[in-house]
Amino acid sequence: MNLTRRQVLLLLPAAAAAWEFVKAGTPDQAPNYNMDEHWWGMLLDITKCIGCGSCVRACATENDVPDGYFRTWVEQYHREDWHIEAPVVSSPDGGKNGFPPGKVAGGKNFFVPKMCNHCVDSPCTQVCPVGATYHTADGVVLVDYEYCLGCRYCIQACPYGCRFFHPTKHTADKCTLCYHRISKGLTTACCENCPTGARQLADLKNPKDPIHEFLKTHTVQVLKPHLATGSKMFYNGLDGSVR
Amino acid sequence: MSGRFKDSAHLIRVAAVFLLGAVVFVALRAAVIPKSFGQFGPYRGKALLEMQARPVKFAGHDVCEGCHPDVAETKAKGVHAHVNCETCHGAQAKHADDPATVKPVLPEVAKLCVRCHSENIAKPNGFPQVNAAEHSGGQDCKTCHQPHSPGFGSGGKK
Repeated sequence: MNLTRRQVLLLLPAAAAAWEFVKAGTPDQAPNYNMDEHWWGMLLDITKCIGCGSCVRACATENDVPDGYFRTWVEQYHREDWHIEAPVVSSPDGGKNGFPPGKVAGGKNFFVPKMCNHCVDSPCTQVCPVGATYHTADGVVLVDYEYCLGCRYCIQACPYGCRFFHPTKHTADKCTLCYHRISKGLTTACCENCPTGARQLADLKNPKDPIHEFLKTHTVQVLKPHLATGSKMFYNGLDGSVR
Repeated sequence: MSGRFKDSAHLIRVAAVFLLGAVVFVALRAAVIPKSFGQFGPYRGKALLEMQARPVKFAGHDVCEGCHPDVAETKAKGVHAHVNCETCHGAQAKHADDPATVKPVLPEVAKLCVRCHSENIAKPNGFPQVNAAEHSGGQDCKTCHQPHSPGFGSGGKK
């Protein structure tokens, strides 16, 4: 077979059209928010949490979280003084309606608010077979609900149990760190509605954020540090019994 | 010399098939990958923009205080200074967008107060907690405590 000039001339425009198709990924206009200027985390102060459940209710309202599922929840811990390995944990309806007075007396008792840790090296992102879970440049882990197949690998992979399978969207779902709020200059719904300041959104790239002084002067811990997930949820006053 | 290249037509045919395959691959790949992929990183840029575009339901206390400076002032002097408006009044972004038609419903004080102030052993030391039934004897909290600045005897005041 010899390629004639005619054949080559026919092939070239086809190739050119294909190339245009490849280059067609022109980005939409950038939003009025520069994500390179932020690096989001949160401070959760165990010594201030009163277990009122305002954060859980606010989150459910803001994000239309279905009943019985939680993007954030509160746990009540009880442990005998030396029994650090065996705490008794309860979280009736995620703490949404607060906690009953409780019959246990003695020991150590406290509340622990929990949510997605927005890990730097998040296990959920690593296991997703279709790349539906991703890291934004400002340190938030998000789910692309159109890409998500609903295979639930991420739900099993999250060591903090922060993900759930959405009953109507049929995709994985989790805390977005109220990305629609923080990108508009607001704080998250849980932080906005925490009456005691036990939850505070922190911009780790902002040198004026009070988080820096707090981290220097307090004993702050992340959950399950041995897993090296790079969690950005900083707990003040975290007890060793918290899992 | 001529013997060496006499079967070169085979090669051209293979090359043509390969080239066609490559073009089909590139075209298919371009058709399948969303245009916004890679806009901000290795993910669909539109997914992020959709996330950003979701409407806000809690307006934020700065917005509330813009129109209700009197309440903000009362609150700032009392122990509820750090309790934001919507913690008790609920999500009010719709009211903030259209204050004339969307009116917030006043919260039920009896239910609200105990959410934070009912006794529980796990609450931090020093946080004011009561057994509501014993404490008030069935009276409404508002009788004695004004929610915006709830020091004792503040009830009834605006």
